[in-house]
Amino acid sequence: MSINATLIGQMITFALLVWFTMKYIWPPLFDSLEERKKKIADGLAAAEKGQEQIILAEKKAKVVLKEAKDQSSEIVTLAQKRANEIVEESKHIAKQEGERLILAAKGQIDQELQQAKEGLRKEITTLALSAAQQILGAEIDKAKHQDILNKVSSQLG
Amino acid sequence: MATEAHAEGATGYIIHHLTSLRVGEGFWSLHLDTLFFSVLLGGVFIWFFKNAAEKATAGVPGLAQNFAEMLIEFVDTQVKDSFHGHSKLIAPLALTIFCWVFLWNFMDMFPVDILPGIAGLMGIEYLRVVPSTDLNATFAMSISVFCLIIFYSIKIKGPIGFAKELMFQPFGPWLTPFNLLLKLVEEIAKPISLALRLFGNLYAGELIFILIALLPWYVQPLLSFPWAIFHILIITLQAFIFMVLTIVYLSMAHEDH
Repeated sequence: MSINATLIGQMITFALLVWFTMKYIWPPLFDSLEERKKKIADGLAAAEKGQEQIILAEKKAKVVLKEAKDQSSEIVTLAQKRANEIVEESKHIAKQEGERLILAAKGQIDQELQQAKEGLRKEITTLALSAAQQILGAEIDKAKHQDILNKVSSQLG
Repeated sequence: MATEAHAEGATGYIIHHLTSLRVGEGFWSLHLDTLFFSVLLGGVFIWFFKNAAEKATAGVPGLAQNFAEMLIEFVDTQVKDSFHGHSKLIAPLALTIFCWVFLWNFMDMFPVDILPGIAGLMGIEYLRVVPSTDLNATFAMSISVFCLIIFYSIKIKGPIGFAKELMFQPFGPWLTPFNLLLKLVEEIAKPISLALRLFGNLYAGELIFILIALLPWYVQPLLSFPWAIFHILIITLQAFIFMVLTIVYLSMAHEDH
C-alpha cells in the first residue's frame, strides 16, 4: 500500500507510452481519418455536381429532342409535299406520254390506212384493167389507153 | 480457493489478495505485479494501435482500424470540446490515458482468484492484477499530468505570469499570502484527486469482488454478476473521467489571463 519506487517505474512507462502514441500512433490514424473526411467531402461535392450536370443535360436533351421533333416534322411535311409534287409531275408526264402515244398511234393508223387505200386502188386498177381486157379483148392497147386508165385510178382515190 | 482461504480466515484471504508482489525494502522497493501488468497492458495498447496505424488507409478501413479510429475520434472530440489551443501532445496523451487506464481497470473483470491462483501454482505468493488498485500506478500518472500542467503553465504564461497568477488571483494583490495558499491547494489537489479517485473506485470495486468471493458458492453468482455488469460502467467511466480531467487541467494551464 505504500508509495515506493514503483511510482518512478510507472512514470517512465507512462512517458514512453505517451511518446510512442504521439510519435507513431496518433499521426497516421488521425491523418487517415482526415484524408477520408476530405475524400468523402470531395465525393459528395462531385456527386452534387454530377446531379446538377444531369439536370442540365436533361434540359439540353429536351431542347435537342424538341428541335429534332420539329425538324423531323418539317422534313415529313416537305417530303409529303415533294411526294405530292412527284405524283403530280408523274401524272402529268404520264398524261403527256399517253397523249403522245395516242397521237403516234393515230398517225400510224392514218398511214396504214393510206397504204391500204393505195394498195386497194392499185389492185382495183389491175382488176378493172383485167376486167376491161377481158371485156374488150385484145383491142384495147395498154399503151394507147394509159391516160384513161390513170384517170380512172385517180377517180378511185 | 475459497475454502482454502477460509482456513486462513476471511481477513487472511482479503489481505492476501491486497498484498503486492514486492521486492526490496523501504522506498526503493518495486511492486513487480503492478509494473508487469501495466507494461503488459501498455504493450497490448501499443500493439493494437500500432497494428491499426500501420494498415491505416483513407479507403475502406479494416476492423482494427475502424475500432482505433472510433477511439481516436472520441478522444479528439473530447479534446476539441474543452481545449482550444494547438497542441500535438494533448490528444495522444488523452488517448494513452484513456486506453491504458481502461485496460488497467479491465483487469478487475477477471475473477479475483484466477490470476493469483495461476501465479500461486507457479510459486508466486502474492499477485495484484489490477494496477489501478495500486496507489503507485495512479499517482505516477497523475503526477506526470501535474508536471505537464506546471510545464505548460510556465511555458504559456511565462514564469512571471504564472507567479502572478498564483499570487494575485482570485482576490487581488492585497491578499497575496491567502491567494498563494488557495492556489497551491488548488493545484496540488489536482493530481491528488485524480489519483485517489481512480484508486478509490477500483480498490473498492476489487474489495467488493473479494468479499463476494468469500460467500458460499451458490450466493456468489447472484452478487458478482450484477456487480460485474455495474463495474463495466465504472471502469469505463473512471478511465473517461481521468482523461477528461487531464484535458481540462491542461487547457486551464494553456489559458492566459
